[in-house]
Amino acid sequence: MKIIVPVKRVVDYNVKIRIKADQSGVELTNVKMSLNPFDEIAVEEAVRMKEKGLAKEVVVVTIGPAVAQDVLRTSMAIGADRGILITTPLPTDLGGLEPLSVAKLLKSIVLKEQPNLVIMGKQSIDDDSNQTGQMLAALLNWPQATFASKIDVNDSKTTATITREIDGGLDVVACALPAIVTTDLRLNTPRYASLPNIMKAKQKPLETIDSGSLGVDTSPRLKMVGLTDPPKRAGGIKVASVDELIAKLKTDAKVI
Amino acid sequence: MSILVIAEHTNTALRPSTLTTITAARKLGDDVVVLVAGKNVSAVADSLLASAGVQKVLVADSPAFEHHLPENMAGFIAEFAKSFTHILAPATAFGKNLLPRVSALIDSQMLSDVTDILGPDTFKRPVYAGNAIATFQSTDAIKVMTIRTTAFDPVTTTEGSTDKNASLEHIDASGIAPAPHTQFLSSELTTSARPELTAAPVVVSGGRGVGSAENFALIEHLADKLGAAVGASRAAVDAGYAPNDCQVGQTGKIVAPSLYIAVGISGAIQHLAGMKDSKVIVAINKDPDAPIFQVADYGLVADLFDAVPEMTGKL
Ligand SMILES: Cc1cc2nc3c(=O)[nH]c(=O)nc-3n(C[C@H](O)[C@H](O)[C@H](O)COP(=O)(O)OP(=O)(O)OC[C@H]3O[C@@H](n4cnc5c(N)ncnc54)[C@H](O)[C@@H]3O)c2cc1C
Repeated sequence: MKIIVPVKRVVDYNVKIRIKADQSGVELTNVKMSLNPFDEIAVEEAVRMKEKGLAKEVVVVTIGPAVAQDVLRTSMAIGADRGILITTPLPTDLGGLEPLSVAKLLKSIVLKEQPNLVIMGKQSIDDDSNQTGQMLAALLNWPQATFASKIDVNDSKTTATITREIDGGLDVVACALPAIVTTDLRLNTPRYASLPNIMKAKQKPLETIDSGSLGVDTSPRLKMVGLTDPPKRAGGIKVASVDELIAKLKTDAKVI
Repeated sequence: MSILVIAEHTNTALRPSTLTTITAARKLGDDVVVLVAGKNVSAVADSLLASAGVQKVLVADSPAFEHHLPENMAGFIAEFAKSFTHILAPATAFGKNLLPRVSALIDSQMLSDVTDILGPDTFKRPVYAGNAIATFQSTDAIKVMTIRTTAFDPVTTTEGSTDKNASLEHIDASGIAPAPHTQFLSSELTTSARPELTAAPVVVSGGRGVGSAENFALIEHLADKLGAAVGASRAAVDAGYAPNDCQVGQTGKIVAPSLYIAVGISGAIQHLAGMKDSKVIVAINKDPDAPIFQVADYGLVADLFDAVPEMTGKL
């Protein structure tokens, strides 16, 4: 079984973002960038399948500027076998390369690589769209299992049974392979890559493809016309006791 | 302008998320059509006929739609989406799962989690865990979007009224064959006598500070005293103190109650993303420097094991 894991380079989740003065985007210079946390979970899951003997090869794909190859190296340090970097001049967070374009680019890679399974993050923590996996499934006419907290591939590698986190609890679906699965937070806890594995990852094959060569129109459909800070909350007060808290909630805020 | 709203329902009852999505649709125009696709959904369709501002309710009944599998529904919706200018669904697990698949089939770049509608093609949505609000202008002929349910009020329905504004139309869905590659197996729904988290006027949430699943009863007792829903931080859910559908935040549920009480929660940006639009925020935390105090209207620096039982007792 071959698994493809699309990964994205995003502003690290611990960074407090700053909006550029001209509202054209978020400041990315000298900002710590990382592998999108949901994608890290996807890589970990694929690598575990390889370690269990279920998968033969794990291929990671990213779309972005040349520096985006660092998330491919991070993924290969976790255990992915090789990487594909699709270069694009467009920004990948806002007002540039959109989920539908990403899905189309990924489709061309999937058609070439013929994986049995695509595991990808349910959302990237920059534009928070939560669309790409579902769109890729649509374009390929493949089954989709979103928000996965458990994936079981059967021994003959023909079906995956997936537990999904939904609003009221959990759903379980069975998908014939090939299929698209998107990861939720509780699927696994990604490992820390060891130093020897980080070194080994530097030697793994990495192919670079120009997005322009894939025959996909990636021009944006959405024009970002503004980017502003969210409304600020007025500062609150500290109360000294439970009694004072209850009194404030009853008489000032009138919410209980 | 003709707007299609995809109803979220349980086959027997409408979900409140549909009513807020209808409100958003009405900001776009008067020609609002609601699609109820499911199995044996006539009661759901009937419940919509008296909703203010709904022109027509379309019913598509098919066993293939029972579990809302996008594989079965997206192609069907994409087919007749072509006669609409806007396709809306709630930004819930249901809408997030289904709508991107529809959007790709009609080659439209969808907008997720829309919080404001500025015009027929201009929309606001939060990005970066709500730390920025982006305004987008869509150039697609059919605009597809999920609606953040806390950003709009539910539309009014006249319960039991004979004044049915909307017409009812059945669409023949008998020819819809279930996709052969995906099978729904089961669902495990959390049953609770408490109000639903995303619609509750009061929410009491517990975090890692609560310490164990047993201790989480403290949160539940306080919630029950207030008639509140129970929420949790990711850390509390990961540790097994609370079920996954209680998670509030960037990647969990978005809530905006009149009163949100955060207990033993530090206030990471991913958690704030899910609750900072609440009207009044209370934080109970023993660390005076916890970031949650920066968004709290009332902060109590205290050990939760003293403060929470005391509060429950005094209410
Ligand atoms: C991609 C991604 C997505 C995420 N999505 C979400 C999300 O949707 N929702 C979410 O909540 N998090 C999310 N997180 C996690 C988030 O970053 C934080 O790790 C998490 O919110 C922390 O939970 P917490 O506040 O309960 O725990 P902690 O940060 O450990 O805080 C515990 C708090 O309890 C207090 N405390 C301890 N003991 C007591 C006591 N006896 N009395 C009073 N106070 C006490 C401490 O002072 C501390 O402030 C996400 C993270 C990532 C990377």
